[in-house]
This record gives sequence, C-alpha cells and structure tokens, in this order.
Amino acid sequence: MSPRPGFVLEVDRSTPATLIWHGEGFRLERLPVGSRVVYPPEALSPLEDPDAAIRHALLHPLGDSEPLPALLRPGMRLTIAFDDISLPLPPMRSPDVRQRVIEAVLDMAATAGVDDVVLVAALALHRRMTEDELRHIVGDRVYDAFAPHGLLTQHDAEDPDGMLHLGLTDAGEDVEINRRAATSDLVVYVNIDLVPMDGGHKSVATGLASYRSLRHHHNVRTMQHSRSFMDQHRSELHSSNWRMGRHIAASGVKVFQIETTLNNDTFPDQFRFLQRREWEWSVRDRAGFLAVSKSLERTPERLARSIFQSIRAPHAVTSVQAGEVEAVHTRAAEHLHTQQSVEVAGQTDVLTMGLPYLCPYNVNSVMNPVLVMCLGLGYLFNMYRGKPLVRPGGALIMSHPTPWAFDPVHHPSYIDFFEQVLPETTDPLEIEAKYEEAFATDPWYVHLYRTGHAYHGVHPFYMWYWGAHALQHLGAVIVVGGDRRAVRRLGFKPASGLGDALEMAEDVVGADPSITHLHAPPLLMANVS
Amino acid sequence: MKALVFERSLPRYAAARVVSSLGSGRGVSVAPLRLTDLDPPTLPGPGWRRVRPRLAGICGSDLTTLDGRSSRYFEPIVSMPFVPGHEVVGDIDDDGGGRVVIEPVLGCLARGVEPPCPACAVGDTGGCERVAFGHIKAGLQTGYCADTGGGWSDGLVAHASQLHPVPDGLSDEAAVMVEPAACAVHAALAAGVTEGSNVVVLGAGTLGLCTIAALRQLALPGTLVAGAKHPAQRRLASALGADLVVDPPEVPRAVRRLTRSLAAGAQLTGGADVVLDCVGSADSIEDAMSIVRPRGRVMLVGMPGTARLDLTPLWHREISLTGAYAYGRETAGGNGRPGAPRTFELAFELVVQAGLERLVSARYPLDRFHEAVEHAGAAGRRGATKVVFDLRDQPRWRTAETAR
Repeated sequence: MSPRPGFVLEVDRSTPATLIWHGEGFRLERLPVGSRVVYPPEALSPLEDPDAAIRHALLHPLGDSEPLPALLRPGMRLTIAFDDISLPLPPMRSPDVRQRVIEAVLDMAATAGVDDVVLVAALALHRRMTEDELRHIVGDRVYDAFAPHGLLTQHDAEDPDGMLHLGLTDAGEDVEINRRAATSDLVVYVNIDLVPMDGGHKSVATGLASYRSLRHHHNVRTMQHSRSFMDQHRSELHSSNWRMGRHIAASGVKVFQIETTLNNDTFPDQFRFLQRREWEWSVRDRAGFLAVSKSLERTPERLARSIFQSIRAPHAVTSVQAGEVEAVHTRAAEHLHTQQSVEVAGQTDVLTMGLPYLCPYNVNSVMNPVLVMCLGLGYLFNMYRGKPLVRPGGALIMSHPTPWAFDPVHHPSYIDFFEQVLPETTDPLEIEAKYEEAFATDPWYVHLYRTGHAYHGVHPFYMWYWGAHALQHLGAVIVVGGDRRAVRRLGFKPASGLGDALEMAEDVVGADPSITHLHAPPLLMANVS
Repeated sequence: MKALVFERSLPRYAAARVVSSLGSGRGVSVAPLRLTDLDPPTLPGPGWRRVRPRLAGICGSDLTTLDGRSSRYFEPIVSMPFVPGHEVVGDIDDDGGGRVVIEPVLGCLARGVEPPCPACAVGDTGGCERVAFGHIKAGLQTGYCADTGGGWSDGLVAHASQLHPVPDGLSDEAAVMVEPAACAVHAALAAGVTEGSNVVVLGAGTLGLCTIAALRQLALPGTLVAGAKHPAQRRLASALGADLVVDPPEVPRAVRRLTRSLAAGAQLTGGADVVLDCVGSADSIEDAMSIVRPRGRVMLVGMPGTARLDLTPLWHREISLTGAYAYGRETAGGNGRPGAPRTFELAFELVVQAGLERLVSARYPLDRFHEAVEHAGAAGRRGATKVVFDLRDQPRWRTAETAR
C-alpha cells in the first residue's frame, strides 16, 4: 500500500483528542469543533538499496557535472565536506547516510589514486562535535582512518589561517570560506536535506563560511524578506547564498554536490504513536502512549531529556542525487516536497503547535528559551509555501515547558543573550544594531567556539532573526505550559492551558476564530492557497 | 523617655543568632532589645545638645547586631547598654533649635580629647583613633555609645560638631537619608574610580543604591554595573544611574561580556576596574575578587563580619582590598585634607540631586519595633529599601534641665 499524503482534518464531535508535543512529553487536547489539524504525509517508501543508489548518483550526475570518478586523479587535493549533527532530527540510526556516501566517495578516490583527502565537518558557526558524534556521522572506519592523522577536521570559522576571502559578490557580499576547501581541486559536499532550506549553494556558502560572510544573509532584513526561507524562490536567504555559491564557482572552486533526502519515519517503534493519526491508533498505540506518558510523569526532567536525546530515528533514504549544485538541489527539493507537502486551503486566525524536545541546535543538550522561539517562530512557522498558515495579525500558540535552562557548554552566549539582551529589547532590528557585533567578536565566545563545544557568540542572534518574519507577521505569541518568567522574557504571553491560550488569542484576533493545529513532527510543509 | 535599649545578654544574643538563620531581622524576636522608659541621657559637657529624633533609620549594621552576628571586633569600641540608631534627623531641643541631621561618628572633638588624633585634626572623623577614649564611654558612633543615646528613642545627646542643620525645603525623609548617603559619597570618592572605568556595585539595598547614586553624581565611571536581587531594587538601581542592572548570579557574565574578558573557571581573566561590595558577605567578597581585573580594587562598603575567604586571587592578581567605613572631609581619591568639603555637605547635595528621599519605604512607631526590624530585614524581598522609626508623634520628653 502506498503511503498516504498529508491530510487536513476538520475536528468534529467524534474526533478524538489530538496529541500535542510539549518538550520532553506530550498531551492529548480536545481542539474546538471546527478546528483544522494538518497532518504530515506518511513516510515514503525507502530506497531498497541505498548504497547502490549512492553509487548510481555518483556515476550519473545531474547538471553539467562529470561523473565523480572522472573528477578524481592522482595528486589532486580532495576535500569532503559534510553536514553536522544539526541534521537530521532526531539523529538517524546507524549507518548514517553521510557515512554511506562518504565511504562511497572514498572508495572512488582510492580507486583513482587520490591521496590528499581531508574531511571537513561543515559547522559554519555551530558547535564542534564530540568524537562520538563524529563517529556516528562518518562511521568508525572513516573516523579511525582519518581522525588520528588530523585529516578529519571541523570547520573553524575563526581560524585566521584557515579561511580564504574570495572577494565580493555583485551585491557586495563578502565571500570567505574554509581555506582547505577553497584551495582544493574538488570539494565534495555531502548533504542531508531535512527541510527545503538545506542544500543547494547554502551548503558551501554557509556551512564553510565565516561570520564576515554569513552576516550578509544571516540578518534581520534577509529574514524579513524571506517569505519563507523554506521556499527557495521567495527567500532572500537563498538569493544571497546563490549569489555567493555562484561567486565561489566563478572563483574556481569546483563543488561536486551530493544531496540526500530521508522519509518521515521519525520515531522508533515504541514511539510510533507519535506519527500516527489519533483516530487510527491501535490498542498497541494507545498502550504505548499511556505507558510513555505515565513513565514520563514519574521521570525526573534530566532523565527524561536524556531518554529523548537517545532516540535514534529510523529515517530511511528516499533519494540520492549528485553533480552540479543547482541541478542537484532542484531534484532533492522535489523529493523533499513529495514527502512533506500538504495542501492547505486558506490561512487561519490562530495557529497552534506543540514543540518537541529537539531542534537543530540542541542535539544532546537542553532546548533553551531562545531555541524555543527559534523552533516555533523560525522553523515551524516558516514551513509554508505561498502564505503563512496563520493570517497577518493572527495568533500563534505554542506548547512547550520553555525552561529557564541553558547548556553552559553548548550555549554560553545564549545565556548572556537571554539575560542581558532580551530584557532590554526583543526587537530584532534593535538587537542586531546594538548588540550583534559585540557578541560576534567577543574573544571568550570565540575561544569557546574554537576549543570547546560552544555555538559561536553570534548564534543566538541568528536564532532570534530566524523568527523575525513571524514576529513581524503575528499579532500575538502565546506559550502554553511554559516557565512564565522565561516566556515573558521572550516577549510572549504565558498561558496555563490550551483553553486559556485560545481565550487570550481571541483578544487579539476576535471572537470565534478559525483554528489550525500543525501536527508536527514528523515535519510537513504547508502549501497554503 | 521611651527608648529601645540593647543590653548585654549573651544567651539572648546567641539565641538571636540562631533565630536569624530564618532570615535577616528575625533575630529581633529574641535579641536583648527592649522598649523601655529611660531617663534621658545627661549632657556630657559643654558643646553638647539634646536632640529629639524625628526619623531614625534601621541600618544593615543594626540588623547584624540584632541578629547576633556582629563581629567581636566591636566589643571594645561600643559600650552597653546602648540605644541603637545612627541615621537620625531630629530637632535640637532648646530655644531656637531646628532640624538637624546627626553625623554619628564620635571623634576626638566630641570626646573632649586634646590634642585630637591626626585624623580628627584634619576633620577626618571616620579615621578617629580615640573612639574608645575621652570623657564619654566607648562607642564608635552615636547609637553604639551608652552615654549618648541613639536615634531609636525620644531623645539623645549629640556634640555640636556632629550636627548639620537641615535646610527648610528638605523633608525629614530626605534628611534621614543623609547619613547613608554620606557613607556612599565617601565610598564613591575613595574608590579610585577613574574616568571611563568599569565599575560594579554588588548589592542594591540602601547602601548599594546610595553608592550607585554617588558614583553617578560624583565620579565618572564608563559603565556602571549593578547586581540587584529584587525587581524594585533593579528599577531603583537603574533610575539612580546604573547602566546595566542584572541579577546577582548574572553579574560575572555581565562583567565578562562588558570587559571582553576570558574566564578561567569562575575567575575572569580581566574584569572590572573597581568593585564596590555593598553586601559584605564572604560570598560577595569572593564574587568581587572573581570579577575585578588584575591590580583592580575591591572596596567593602557594606559592613563585613567574620568571613572565611580564599585570598589566593588577591595575591595572584594583586587586587587591592579596601574598606569604606564613614566620612569626614573628602577629596577624590583620598580624604582628610583641611578645607576639603565635608562628606555630609556632599551627602546633602546627593540626597537632593538623586532624590534619595524615595528610598524611605516604611515608617513605624517605636512600639512596633519587631515588625519594623523584620520589615527592614526583608526589605528587598518586600519591595522596600529604607525602613525608619517615625518618632514625630511621640510625646515630648522633659528633663530636669528643660523643666527648669
């Protein structure tokens, strides 16, 4: 039986309660009659033999690229860059698709007699990964062959000797990328496209870039002019990255792009009720929900976090494409949309969403309040094409505990951002003008980014900018069940329950509003007419 | 006359220490402090005047005493029983008197010590070397001396050199803030704050807030950071001139960011130029040392007690650890030159300029002293700053001399 597409349910009296994520937990809520629930498509059937598909893609590239073996020769410098731990979510079961791809590329390189090979984790300004995290991505065989010799590196955007400025784009944007990549005969970039924002020219132009370069598109203006940044053709974020990517190519850096897509099989068997529609829950699903819910009630917060963070997704590969960057990305985006797109008729007054425990930037740590904002107003709000799910001036209701908690190792600058910037202002433009540079160039954050496992000092700003379009668009943001102080610090309104939140929303959007619930994850992309 | 008298009673003092573990000011319920009728203090000699308190503040050092937590250092320089209260605005109780603020230090002039000690000779009474000597009993200040009485009463005696007339336009509430403001003025001027330097004030009780105001009015800090625990304190700290006000746990991060320091463990590698500790606990002193730059200065403005400290950073970073007790004459960076302005003169100006009158949050009659002291002990938490005794409705007391 082929997987069913996404679906918009209209709630009636017989509709069972809807599962709503709430951090390291979830709750069942009865939505008002007439509400809509947008469900993601079911998981696409995976490729039967992903290794064969990878090999086929490398040998049959898209666009004007030659097959990979034709690009490899003895004596060349080859750099293999790959996406970091922010993708996919949750981290996928071993073997990670990046491992499969990298092994295939290395086999071809070895066959071609290429000796000078370096692997670079394309961190941009993300945190450095631990050995375990790297091993999970590239596999033990690759790790043990490269890391001990210093040939498995993590991009360091603050290494003055490790970056190369390639000039300016036509729009005056600095293009500065990893020197090893820029001076290689070939860069092979290995992607996992989890959302449409991933891949394309963004891979190299962002993943291997410096703050000097990133600030040209990771800024408030760009985000407010990306409607949304998940829609390449209406995204200033993409336009800038495409300009940079083309400039990189024009500078003589040859990129062989590999983009993979995964299906929506997001949670392991014991959590499978999370990706099933409630009225179709079997006895086993109900039992699973009850067992997990009851256990979580008795589980200390840290332990619950640890349990959820240990989840490995059974994601399976749905496509592999390789070759010229733009052609590859176009094909990958088609696969992604096939998996994630849902047709939705018209906007809503009130959009509700349950936020899970995880976003791209808190793998193996706590989702702090700034990341809560980013996940809700940045990622999930922007999962649309056409128009946002919620109308201009509408209300967004998010459910998340929003703890006043930070990982001091991963997110040191977030703490200062939350404690010292947000009390002053939550206006993205003011924040950008007044504080960004000081955080971005703070030597302590630079030190922690380069030597520890800390996100760059400027990273919390980017998270805030990610939500800038939503902040501009929405009339109110209400957080259900969050730490009230933390929610207020974000500039949002706290509510104790969904009912209260809906009443509060009516103050903004008027009586009897239309309500739409985004039932994610698994992820979906709303094509709003 | 009615007065609150603090007596020597080791068991009750010890009990107060135990009870105060429940919270600052709670020790008053068992402390050796009682409301009683006393004979008014006699005038110790010529130049002494009777003063009838109008308002008398409850200071942090008073709370420390009532909570049984005073340092034994004070034993030889106070005399018991004493009537507490050294933040006083009152009326001179004779013809043609008028309102006065008392400068409480009992220096050589008040004690009839001739010749005066070197400090008093130049008007630097805060540095007096004779506070346990002379023709009155030991007592570093009015409010700690058995012979003078104190502000928590209907009457006290004060030497003319201690009296500062209150201008007509100044309210009692403003005037009662002059003494704590004087402490702050002295601290701000003695702290060695150079123009543009980064300064941190830890604590935003009365003294912390006054210190923020004094630094803003009398010094030229580049950035003034305040650590304030409670919302009302944060609002006031900001209103009085702090550039950045943060919760106490956030102070190290704020200073690190401000000074673009690195951090080695809990210790900043750089830090603020000057840290004024207006809390005075072992923790606050250690915090101050962790956020001050090498060769920077930590000034203890709040009265510390016995403290167990790791002084290694003091040694390694060559930090200057200094105190700021009281007042006399001021010049920036050092005090005591003849002709320099008296601290109290500057304090009167500060009270007006900064509007420190607003810090007086609650007034109590003497007979509700338990409530008053407990309120003062929990002032920050309860949204208050300065709690005072209001003696303006007390019946007028008479002495044999005034009766004649």
